[in-house]
Amino acid sequence: MTLTSLAFYLFATVAVASSFMVISSRNPVYSVLFLILTFFNSAGLFVLLGAEFLALILVVVYVGAVAVLFLFVVMMLDIDFAELSEGFLQYMPIGATVGLILLLELLLVFGASSTLVDAGPLPRATPEGMTNAEALGRVLYTDYIYYFQAAGAILLVAMIGAIVLTLVPSTNPKKQNIAQQTARTRDEAVESVNIDPGQGL
Amino acid sequence: MIGLTHYLTLAAIIFTIGVFGIFLNRKNVIIILMSIELMLLAVNINLVAFSAYLGDLVGQVFALLVLTVAAGEAAIGLAILVVYFRNRGGIAVEDVSQMKG
Repeated sequence: MTLTSLAFYLFATVAVASSFMVISSRNPVYSVLFLILTFFNSAGLFVLLGAEFLALILVVVYVGAVAVLFLFVVMMLDIDFAELSEGFLQYMPIGATVGLILLLELLLVFGASSTLVDAGPLPRATPEGMTNAEALGRVLYTDYIYYFQAAGAILLVAMIGAIVLTLVPSTNPKKQNIAQQTARTRDEAVESVNIDPGQGL
Repeated sequence: MIGLTHYLTLAAIIFTIGVFGIFLNRKNVIIILMSIELMLLAVNINLVAFSAYLGDLVGQVFALLVLTVAAGEAAIGLAILVVYFRNRGGIAVEDVSQMKG
């Protein structure tokens, strides 16, 4: 067994085990932490496949942004999770049945498909003498530039949407009223008062 | 020797775990969102594996786009969840239907 297959089986086993822990763990904080473990192992698999840039993006975007967002929400909301996990066993049979059928069907497709013959180890998608990031950039910024722009638009919409949804408007905002400021005259702003000596105001 | 079918099998298992998770945690929206993330991750593994198998970088480009959509979906979903919690004081999935106009 070569080092590559050893690494694959290690990453795959940990990824499957931790993704199972994501859905079966009682405490959602543990679920988020197992999700992070799953993403790290998938990043390792991506490195094995020669997609180094995507592997690092997976760690940065998922672990750095999405998983931390989940962690924030889990910790911020005061939720009784014991109540939510009721009916866990009640849904188990139907879920297991559907999941098993789906898995069997998917595996049957791989087994029956004649085009998916394993012809030696997987080749690299990156051309020789080029880093993965450079090769990806050459494809992404030329042929797929519209998709790239669309992805940017999606992220902008998601950002604005999240802000609009969660923003609580202030009840007493301090806003500048320019018309009121310029309409102000000296007469209503300054008052001259005669004060007798020793009297005070 | 690790070939394409190994990666496809792994992705199928992770995808199935994601579907199973939606069935198992029908009351907990947070876990359902995490299950959707798992399913998108399985799709990404498929795309990258086929990218390596066919020697074509386009699969990685599409994996990048799936990643973008997944990040946006998680942000919007969690924002809706926070607003829903603020209004209702809980995140029970059964009551979500009353959000209809």
